[in-house]
Amino acid sequence: MTLQPGSALVPFSLPGVDGADHGPREGRLTAVVMWCNHCPYVQAWEDRLCAIARDHPQLDVIAVAANDAERYPQDGFAAMRERALAKDYPFAYVHDASQEVARAYGGERTPEVFLFDESGTLRYHGAIDDSHDPAGVTRQHLRDAVAALARGEAPEVATTPPVGCSIKWRV
Amino acid sequence: MQIDFLYWDGCPSHPEAMARLEAALARAGVDAQVRRRQVLSDDEARALQFPGSPTILIDGIDVQDAPVDAPVALTCRLYRTSDGLPSPVPDPATLDRAIQEALAR
Repeated sequence: MTLQPGSALVPFSLPGVDGADHGPREGRLTAVVMWCNHCPYVQAWEDRLCAIARDHPQLDVIAVAANDAERYPQDGFAAMRERALAKDYPFAYVHDASQEVARAYGGERTPEVFLFDESGTLRYHGAIDDSHDPAGVTRQHLRDAVAALARGEAPEVATTPPVGCSIKWRV
Repeated sequence: MQIDFLYWDGCPSHPEAMARLEAALARAGVDAQVRRRQVLSDDEARALQFPGSPTILIDGIDVQDAPVDAPVALTCRLYRTSDGLPSPVPDPATLDRAIQEALAR
């Protein structure tokens, strides 16, 4: 079951490509984003998520890679590290090898955003914005939600359908 | 002109790609039947050397060469726009060029 707005944050600690463990921190605005290397939707949105993370120092972004790396070796930990270095990710990129975190969140797609406020309540779930094509974007869902929360307001849009590759579950 | 449209239902890009293909055919004034084939298993993907969904072949030739390290698997396919940006669907310029090349053969 996918977490819905109003749900409580599910804590976790997972190994990051920087050698440290990462998870949501208390009292922080946090975007947990289902992520991977190989998916073209992720790659299409990659620069935009990097820009959002750079533009919002008050926001912790944690990209969670859960794909079955045996079937999709491009999504293995070594490849994750290479990707993060190559793209200079300004956010934590962590490996959910057991897929427990992705299952606990009810993640289905990459990319898929779960935005929690400082109290650990889910306030936005869905896509980063409304088009994989940067030229076609008309609604900046994640940016708008972060801005609303920074003003102490509820995001105008709390859910959108995540658009992307399916998470590759182990069978 | 024979057009094969191979797709995997687990990737959401194929309706958009089909719409782009139909628009490109209309721009070129080509009335061709598109053979749709759903790829259902990893075994079938390997047998077809399927580099991801969707894959579009015009007279047997891919509209965009797959990267040499592209996985052969049930997955979404990575395309590059004419600006070099990653995309889950081929851009209109890629499709227009592929159709014109097929017409010239």
